[in-house]
Amino acid sequence: MNMKTKDSPDQIKDKAHKVLERAKQQNNDGINLNDYTLGDEGKPEGTLHSEEEIPEDLKESMDKVGIDVNEKKSGLYLQTGNKYDLCVSNTPGIELLPIKEALKKYDGTDGKLNLQDYLWKAVPYDKDQYTAEAAIQEISQGYFIYAKKDRKTVFPLQSCLFVNLPGMKQVVHNIIIAEEGSELDIITGCSTHRIARKALHLGVSEFYVKKNARVSFTMVHNWADDTNVRPRTGIILEDNAEFSNFYIVMSAVRNLQTNPVINLVGKNSSYYGQTLIYGKGNSYFDTGATAHLIGEGSKAELISRVLAIDSAHVKARGTIIGDGKDVTGHIDCSALILSDHSRVDSIPEIQARNPQVTLTHEASVGKIADDHIEYLMSRGLSESESINLIVSGFLDVDTSPLPKKLAKETEKIIKLVSEAEMG
Amino acid sequence: MSWLRIEKLAVEVRGKLILKDFNLNIEKGEVHVLLGPNGAGKTTLIKTILGFKNYKVVNGHIFFKDKDITNLPTNERIQMGIGVLFQHPPAINGLKLSKLLTVCSEKRGNNTECTDELSSDIQQLATRLKFSPEYINRDVNLGFSGGEVKRSEILQMMVLKPDLLLFDEPDSGVDVENVELIAKIMRELLDRDKIPSKQGKSGLIITHLGYILKFLGHITRAHIMMDGTITCSGDPALIINSIMKNGFEACRECVSCVENSSLLKEVDFTL
Repeated sequence: MNMKTKDSPDQIKDKAHKVLERAKQQNNDGINLNDYTLGDEGKPEGTLHSEEEIPEDLKESMDKVGIDVNEKKSGLYLQTGNKYDLCVSNTPGIELLPIKEALKKYDGTDGKLNLQDYLWKAVPYDKDQYTAEAAIQEISQGYFIYAKKDRKTVFPLQSCLFVNLPGMKQVVHNIIIAEEGSELDIITGCSTHRIARKALHLGVSEFYVKKNARVSFTMVHNWADDTNVRPRTGIILEDNAEFSNFYIVMSAVRNLQTNPVINLVGKNSSYYGQTLIYGKGNSYFDTGATAHLIGEGSKAELISRVLAIDSAHVKARGTIIGDGKDVTGHIDCSALILSDHSRVDSIPEIQARNPQVTLTHEASVGKIADDHIEYLMSRGLSESESINLIVSGFLDVDTSPLPKKLAKETEKIIKLVSEAEMG
Repeated sequence: MSWLRIEKLAVEVRGKLILKDFNLNIEKGEVHVLLGPNGAGKTTLIKTILGFKNYKVVNGHIFFKDKDITNLPTNERIQMGIGVLFQHPPAINGLKLSKLLTVCSEKRGNNTECTDELSSDIQQLATRLKFSPEYINRDVNLGFSGGEVKRSEILQMMVLKPDLLLFDEPDSGVDVENVELIAKIMRELLDRDKIPSKQGKSGLIITHLGYILKFLGHITRAHIMMDGTITCSGDPALIINSIMKNGFEACRECVSCVENSSLLKEVDFTL
């Protein structure tokens, strides 16, 4: 873990303001935070008390990001805008709390965990204007998931974040801690309500996976064509920790940029990340992941599958830095371009910092090969049927690193989302 | 009834004339073999019969079951009952062989009720071809060995059950044991062991070795193809023996096997 000296809340705010100042001078990355408002300051928290109270239109939006309220689950967290609506959990030893409550509860007194030891340790608050904004908003809201030692989720934990007002900026801070030997399966969906359209989602997520713990995280995004999205994710893996990360975006978006940083500090820790992007309309995506292999024998695999149509522009990145002894890493970026005006940049990068690392990458970008289409046509499929079959095969991600239940769930989500988005 | 009739066919590939004045007639129940050196245009012929994009018919016609199919899209030709076993099919990332087989089966009119489970029929066929269930869940042709490619191709034919089968080098790159297995299935697919009046399937087998023919029973006719056209047609035993003895070049004029036929009896057709 990053052991740099702790900044006081005032110091954090101070520095964060400086970061914002600097960002302004550099044209704010094209997104001016002052163009958006939190929008729901007066709204009360926790207005719902059980899943039965979830309004139908919200359920519909949840469906679109693959969250089925009727599925068995270990817990459910729902947040609209910057206030949480519902937070229920039912698995002993696994806690799900709104982050503000968690910060009050876990203050380090009476031998309890001190959340301040984790806050901004996996994601630096002075990384950019978005983390700085989240630091200044002082944890607007978000979820805290805490798996105690050796505790395991039987069913996935579900979480849903909605942006529901036009012009809104949603600032979220999530912290997930998996203690030694614990196991967590999490499905999370984020979405813009159709009336919100012009909005900003800004999500900080910090994961701490301790010795021998395992986390699988499936995230589905469903945005509107005028929504800007800036997730900021940091993951710290200790000895033998395992992390599987599935990220799926198949909706249009205005501008989405994310690059989770995974620090594999523990011996034999491992990270498996798959990203699925279906870029359409005028969407601009810049997505990637950076895995830093530090612990001896640690390994990382970064896989991305990109489809681009209309005038979408997708940058698919992946960086693996091999620092430790006997570490291995592999990047696989494949993309299909399905229209004349779409564009995909595939940018794999591998850095070896000692001779005892094995790093590889493969990347391909192109249209669907004619001989593939003709092969399927020679089995009786029409041209469009052939293309559909090739595309769905291309999207058929490998869910085998996930636990069986979650793998099935993830496959279902991908199927559902892709059918809805691609017709 | 004529199953496949090709008349005066000329075909261009990327501006280059590959097939010229090509004629062929295969009746229902007949199996023909097409022999020829590399580059003679054998695979071009197959891809033209299928109607692939880059194979431009500049002259002549192709008839299947007496219907002119020269300008039909590939899938419509397949739906009429043409099937093909490719020599080098492409590997398709993410498309499982099991899925492809299910799709073939649907095209054949079997209702599979949209399940992801492979029907027991297909599973049985796969077992006959020594494909384990986990194998059948691999991406089609991705990392398959030569024999596996051929077995996967023939498995698709077993599901599609076409009336006219085109085999492009079914025995190339396959070990002896697998050649026998593949030949056994080809023999079934081509109705070779039925009495002639019950033989409803036809076949065109492209090979440049002829070894597989040993297992296929009666072959109706053999043709030698060179430089994009048929130079010699006739009795399979005579023609194959002549090639074995004199090479393809001697067949350019199609006189060697006729002239020396009496001398060729010493050569065993079955190799």
